[in-house]
Amino acid sequence: MDPTFLKQQLLMNIILMGAMLLGALATVMLRQLVKAAIALAFTSVVLCVVMFKLNAPWAAVFELSVCAGLITVVFISAVSLVKPATEEERAAHIRFKTRRYFLLPLVLLLVGVGLSYVTGQPLPLPAAEPAGTELRSLLWGPRALDLLGQVLVLLAGVWGVVMLFKEEK
Amino acid sequence: MPSLLVILPLLAVLLLNLPLNFLRRLALPAALLLALYQAAFALGVLPACCAGCPTQERWFLNALDPLTSVLLLAIAIVAFVSVFVLRATAGEERREFNMLNLVFLAVAGMNGLVLVRDLFSLYVFLELASIASFILIAAHREMGGLEGAFKYLVMSALATMMMLASIALLLALSGSTSFGAVAEALQAHARHGYVLTALGLFLGGLLIKSGVMPFHGWLPDAYSAAPAAVSTLLAGIVTKVTGVYALIRLVLDVFGFTPATQQLLLIFGAISVVAGALAALGQSDMKRMLAYSSISQVGYILLGLATGTGLGIAAAVFHLFNHAIFKTLLFVNAAAVEKQTGTRDMNQLGGLAQKMPITGVTSLLAMFSTAGVPPLAGFWSKLLIIAALWLSGFHGYALLGIGASLLTLAYFLSLQRRVFFGLVRAGCENVREAGWALTLPSLLLAAILVGVGLALPWLIGTFLLPVKGF
Repeated sequence: MDPTFLKQQLLMNIILMGAMLLGALATVMLRQLVKAAIALAFTSVVLCVVMFKLNAPWAAVFELSVCAGLITVVFISAVSLVKPATEEERAAHIRFKTRRYFLLPLVLLLVGVGLSYVTGQPLPLPAAEPAGTELRSLLWGPRALDLLGQVLVLLAGVWGVVMLFKEEK
Repeated sequence: MPSLLVILPLLAVLLLNLPLNFLRRLALPAALLLALYQAAFALGVLPACCAGCPTQERWFLNALDPLTSVLLLAIAIVAFVSVFVLRATAGEERREFNMLNLVFLAVAGMNGLVLVRDLFSLYVFLELASIASFILIAAHREMGGLEGAFKYLVMSALATMMMLASIALLLALSGSTSFGAVAEALQAHARHGYVLTALGLFLGGLLIKSGVMPFHGWLPDAYSAAPAAVSTLLAGIVTKVTGVYALIRLVLDVFGFTPATQQLLLIFGAISVVAGALAALGQSDMKRMLAYSSISQVGYILLGLATGTGLGIAAAVFHLFNHAIFKTLLFVNAAAVEKQTGTRDMNQLGGLAQKMPITGVTSLLAMFSTAGVPPLAGFWSKLLIIAALWLSGFHGYALLGIGASLLTLAYFLSLQRRVFFGLVRAGCENVREAGWALTLPSLLLAAILVGVGLALPWLIGTFLLPVKGF
């Protein structure tokens, strides 16, 4: 393969991974829930691009749709129950989070480098489900059980919202 | 049909939530009926599974074997008992109904987990059981429960992240996530770096889920802070299925016994057996003591599994079943004591055996069974584990298991002395036996412990040893 193309791909992957890491960090670091939700959405979008690049379009579509579904419901419920923090609380929170998480990107980087040494030569990736595959046959055929499981997981999530938030009102 | 064990709880949740008021009152009988149906189903298929008859293809969940049947039975018994405890302790009718819905979902998750033979499906059902448990722990919205649920959530998230990463690597290796395909690929690339990383990540995730030491940080808080019915369900079966069963199943069917896996199980098993028992000795909260006791007992299961022999694996599965029964019984009794006295602090209790005779006697039976006193069920499973260790040449670990049994007896005698024996403490004079919703399950579980113990000569050849022949 063309070395320039490979370099571009590598650069693109590094940019995507960096963006995803920044989005994830912002999600846990930001004090305001709405901003944190936006940061998470950004992370999801970048993850979607990664999935498309890995030739997994259905997975990418599900990532977006599920994140925009159940998680949004949970966030809206949570945001409706909280009161804004005072300036003092906000400053204390930022100090606490910075102290706790500032080493995280470095740790992740070291783990990644370490794993690349441990795992050795890469294995060839198996062919992904082609984009043209009928979605119905995939969901109701090989992954029917997972679909049922995910319906149950969503139901449990909705029940969590009902129990932990709705009763309060 | 095994698929019904996942579909019926889902249907129950959907039907019971139709906008008809009388349906809410049917939730409790429906939960009990489902548990009874599941117990009858498991008992019905167990003899055929143990006799080695291949089960027929049934829709998408067709994987029945002795291990699955035993776990389905344990899930049914613990769920049945938890519903009784929920009735006795939930308080408001609305809260009871909401919690029952989550119990249905948790049971569906556990049933799915034991019935699937695919890594990703296993992950999905494991998540279902875990998510339902997080919410159940926090159901009363008290600070302790929320803290326990949050710790469990964070540690579980770490565990599932490791398992997902491992599944991704295994998928890259084998092109499939079915147990059979992954096992074949692992054999073909046994020494590849990817394989070792994937195995390490998956086993690490399962050890966190099992709550073995030193990954146990979440477990005492989750068990002790959860509402009584949830503690019973969580300690009795949820962590056993999501952690220990998954570990046994994957080691047997997918990963295989390598010397490294064996050493890993032996080391973590031994640490948990001893450190769990020592930590239990220092507790004054009744439920926290039981939580540390669980860690210690899970260590025994790992030691049995680590032998890799038929006897050791059968003993591990037997102890898993016994642990589900006696630990559920102990948590039911803790719920009865807390309900009647308003405290779990053992230093404020005393002489309750006079006031709560059924709770006192059943608690003593459960304690003896946990400590390994003959002829109760727990004695036989511990004996078989120690015998398997000795016969496999792990003499040091066998002696350690015997020594830790004495520690178990020590902390449980301390519990009995402080809570049930001696003079009645001031403030406990007017305490009475808890209602039928707590005494009936206690008697049922105690009867199982005694019955299984006495029936061992028949059980060992019929049900226990065939467990290894998946």
